[in-house]
Amino acid sequence: MTISLTAPAISARAVRKSFGEHIVLDGVDLTVAEGTVLSLLGPNGAGKTTMVRILSTLIPADGGDIRVGGHDVLTEPDAVRALIGVTGQFSAVDNYLTGEENLRLMADLRHLGRQAGRRRIAELLERFDLTGAAGKPLSSYSGGMRRRLDLAMTLVGKPTVIFLDEPTTGLDPRSRRTMWQIIRELVSDGVTILLTTQYLDEADELADYVAVLNHGRIVAEGTPAELKGRIPGGHIQLQFAEPDALRAAAGLIPDAAPDDDQLILLVPGDGSVASLRRVLNELNDARIHVAHLSIHTPDLDDVFFAVTGHAATEPAARQAEEALQP
Amino acid sequence: MTSLAYTVADSGTMLRRNLKHQLRYPSLTLMLAGFPIVFLLLFVYVFGGQLGAGLGGHGASDRAAYLTYVVPGILIITVASAALGTAISVATDMTGGIIDRFRTMSISRAAVLTGHVIGSLLQTVAVLVLVAGVSLAIGFRSHASALDWLAAAGVLALFAFALIWLSAALGLAAKSVETASNTPMFLTLLPFLSSGFVPTASMPAGLRQFAEYEPFTPVTQTVRGLLSGGPIGMHAIAAIAWSAGIALASYLWAVRLYNRRRAAEPN
Repeated sequence: MTISLTAPAISARAVRKSFGEHIVLDGVDLTVAEGTVLSLLGPNGAGKTTMVRILSTLIPADGGDIRVGGHDVLTEPDAVRALIGVTGQFSAVDNYLTGEENLRLMADLRHLGRQAGRRRIAELLERFDLTGAAGKPLSSYSGGMRRRLDLAMTLVGKPTVIFLDEPTTGLDPRSRRTMWQIIRELVSDGVTILLTTQYLDEADELADYVAVLNHGRIVAEGTPAELKGRIPGGHIQLQFAEPDALRAAAGLIPDAAPDDDQLILLVPGDGSVASLRRVLNELNDARIHVAHLSIHTPDLDDVFFAVTGHAATEPAARQAEEALQP
Repeated sequence: MTSLAYTVADSGTMLRRNLKHQLRYPSLTLMLAGFPIVFLLLFVYVFGGQLGAGLGGHGASDRAAYLTYVVPGILIITVASAALGTAISVATDMTGGIIDRFRTMSISRAAVLTGHVIGSLLQTVAVLVLVAGVSLAIGFRSHASALDWLAAAGVLALFAFALIWLSAALGLAAKSVETASNTPMFLTLLPFLSSGFVPTASMPAGLRQFAEYEPFTPVTQTVRGLLSGGPIGMHAIAAIAWSAGIALASYLWAVRLYNRRRAAEPN
């Protein structure tokens, strides 16, 4: 990591938290540089939400040094609250008000004043494509609209640090794309974002830096590219038309794994052009005909599996977390 | 702005939010008003003739005499019934997602509760006006002066303020909205064990002592003295003392519960 002269937007050292006997965070260190996106990944029950709740002043940690915007969350919670915006897993909207009234409520609580508040509300309604539904009760809103309103409410006070706790869980693909676009715009405005997600493609799309949380500890961290480079899993998949061709190719490339039923040969590699060219040249020289070729580079799913020992969305882990909820 | 000005502004915002809820979903308010009105009609038209005879009337018809007697009791039960709504609205808020949003904003800690309590107080006043209107419509007449009415309104409002804080604390203590709608129910039972519906002198010994010393009796007797005539004596002081005591204790309990929720909640 580069050494920055400005203080990090979020810095947490040795954060510990348990609920009764259950240790949720066991010495977590996190640093998020100003104007970047850190994605906190982890199986359900890993402690992601607890970490967000501690950083956003909702619950106190049992120990550790936690600063947001340079302010200690425990001793200066109001200074932290003035900087941050939080959009949680469960929609934090007032169901008895209209969309516009929800935004008005936020504008009033941020003491924006009548004129400035009205301008900000109109701007956010427009930006989040909610102008048409502004006067409608929330009962008529779709899941995607509620989530957009939720984020719009978070943005009323122009926070400089935003916590997004699984912002796209349960959204359809189109709404997810819209959310991603909004998040990218925020980052280009210089906002710092801590994003928790269970979708690895989301982290890959949005995050500058990824930290993987498992059993209350950070088990891997780095840029998405660094993490993917660190683990095996890349390969070239060659599809053959004839069993003879498969056998010949398997004989040519020693560490390849043939699949006789599907006539497929998996050649491990880092996915680079050089390694691809080498394999193709060898096959060409031996006059072996390849019917089809595809390249698989390690994705964050492979990283996640390698460092946590299970897939990103494992039903058993989810059930375990639900059992822990009050 | 100073921090006090922020507190006032934030409480005002929360109050507007709660009033908007009440206006948009008036069914709760109507239910809170319906309960005492049904009791008024039931006690006057079904039991009133018989109960009025037991009062030892002064020439007026038994039913009219009982109407005069029972209206202060009905106004008290209105206050108790309206306070139930606070527990429900507070618990609804605490179990929803928006409370976490409020807690991550730099707004006055007290504003959320203050908004609920003042909103409920205004709701109670509206319901009291409605119930008093129905009482007058079915023949309740008072010789009270404007000042007496004002004093009675003040005693009722103070008592309402106390019961609303108690109900808010019960709403905070409840784990679910269902529990919150049940725990303050005892508040609607206590008026029956007071001088609200029949004189305490007609009750058996143990019950009579309870009725004479519980807070609903001095409040009822004070309002009755102001509206229907009759001695008030020490009741006014007892009514104010009870109201202030319940309000203070409940306020402290509610604030403690509100702050403690932060620390205790897992995930």
